[in-house]
Amino acid sequence: MSTDVKTIPQGTNGHPATQEQRTAANGVKLPVYMDNHATTPMDPRVLEEMLPYFMEKFGNAASRNHSFGWAGEEGVETGRERVAKLVGATPKEIIFTSGATESDNLAIKGVAEMYREKGNHIITAVTEHKAVLDTCKRLEKYGYRVTYMPVQKDGLIDLEELKRAMDDKTILVTIMAANNEIGVVQPVAEIGKLCHERGVIFHTDATQAVGKIPIDVNKMNIDLMSISAHKMYGPKGVGALYVRRKNPRVQISAIIDGGGHERGMRSGTLNVPGIVGLGKACAIASEEMAKEACHLAGLRNRLRDRIMGRLDEVYINGSMEHRLPGNLNISFAYVEGESLLMGINDIAVSSGSACTSATLEPSYVLKALGTGDDLAHSSIRFGIGRFNTEAEVDYVADRVVETVERLRELSPLYEMAKEGVDLKSVKWAAE
Amino acid sequence: MAYSDKVLDHYSNPRNVGSMDKNSNEVGTGLVGAPECGDVMKLQIKVNPQTNIIEDAKFKTFGCGSAIASSSLATEWVKGKTVDEALQIKNTEIVKELALPPVKIHCSVLAEDAIRAAIHDWKAKQGAAKPVAAEAK
Repeated sequence: MSTDVKTIPQGTNGHPATQEQRTAANGVKLPVYMDNHATTPMDPRVLEEMLPYFMEKFGNAASRNHSFGWAGEEGVETGRERVAKLVGATPKEIIFTSGATESDNLAIKGVAEMYREKGNHIITAVTEHKAVLDTCKRLEKYGYRVTYMPVQKDGLIDLEELKRAMDDKTILVTIMAANNEIGVVQPVAEIGKLCHERGVIFHTDATQAVGKIPIDVNKMNIDLMSISAHKMYGPKGVGALYVRRKNPRVQISAIIDGGGHERGMRSGTLNVPGIVGLGKACAIASEEMAKEACHLAGLRNRLRDRIMGRLDEVYINGSMEHRLPGNLNISFAYVEGESLLMGINDIAVSSGSACTSATLEPSYVLKALGTGDDLAHSSIRFGIGRFNTEAEVDYVADRVVETVERLRELSPLYEMAKEGVDLKSVKWAAE
Repeated sequence: MAYSDKVLDHYSNPRNVGSMDKNSNEVGTGLVGAPECGDVMKLQIKVNPQTNIIEDAKFKTFGCGSAIASSSLATEWVKGKTVDEALQIKNTEIVKELALPPVKIHCSVLAEDAIRAAIHDWKAKQGAAKPVAAEAK
């Protein structure tokens, strides 16, 4: 059968519509999606490449003795080459997984088990994703020692502190490349250099970074790296782990046992269409990343300027210099994040407010920066992506400004601050 | 979070937003919650000293949609009641009226606290402060 991507209903900016569409005064299609750290819409070019692998080329990539299997294998190996090329690896160093959470688990648990005789100490940072933090916590139960490094006010780790944290039992350092909430980019190359000088394996969760900023596993001395497809305009449910094969050769124990796929590191029939999609997403990023980064940074700075130029007491969370181009995370003093989200309900963004989390705790990432709980409750994360436009940015800025102004008129804290009351000195009545 | 239409209505069109002179003898002010917890409510009542009837109520709230809705509803409910009647308002009635989900029940508790705190403040001004805080829980 033939497939034709043009039959897919097209929504705003060429990605498929999923909700009833409305239009704002300046022609912007609503709702506006600006939560590209949570997930990205698929690029239509990715979908086009994947479609044949559902029906025509449905073979199991592990079927070695017929053409159906060969077609699947070809798709997988092309994907592997494309992923490797984007990050400066060789294809044999790419292991496909179900996504970055699995990659993080495989890297950390895999090293912990494989190098148990060498040592039992792991170093990570407090602002890591839960996929890393909770994996480390589990290993603590099994007798591993974990150092959770603090971060500085700008969200960056202190390299001197990392040096001091290493000891002769340290087997692994796992520090993310770019943070999912504040977009802060860690000094990955410097961390890698430090690790290699000490003979310590370096894993980086690069879920938010790959395809957004240049990553080279050799220049940066990365040994293990988690990659996700759906954060870079690919499909959900597929990712990869880069595993260094030379200088030094890194070995990991499998956490999923079975048919011995992926060099024994990850058993399970390969998700062929997903891998094809991940590969295409990487190929597009290889071509377009540099140009796209300029476009995203331009939109992000426009959003920042249009909000901060019109509102006082707005604070940027994390370093502006070491940051993903599409990320803006800001706190609006005296306004609670969830109520702000309600006011801009035709815009999809996220908040660090406790009210938007399952745990009723404000963002642990923002708390780690030393942002007070009050400002953590007031934070909004904007994730600008490939398909956002200038008109959308302008619409979002206008809606945010008018909603913050409205909610500040409703806020007793804003009123008190305007009266000159020092909110820190108020003795708040506990509930 | 899927909110009820009533919460959305109070959020979009909050009733009785504003402030009254907190130094006036007829005005009682309740300020409850804390910025660190993500909720602060200020609820004010203006009471007729002859009849003890709450003739006006105003609020300002820093908090999520249900906190805003709970305090907005609280001002509607206390108006026209005597202070003793207003003290009978229970957080569970607010939960029911606004169909608040379980994770938002604390917003209704805070609104009840705000009513009590405002009445307590007013009574203190009348020189007849009763230990309402003790009977609050």
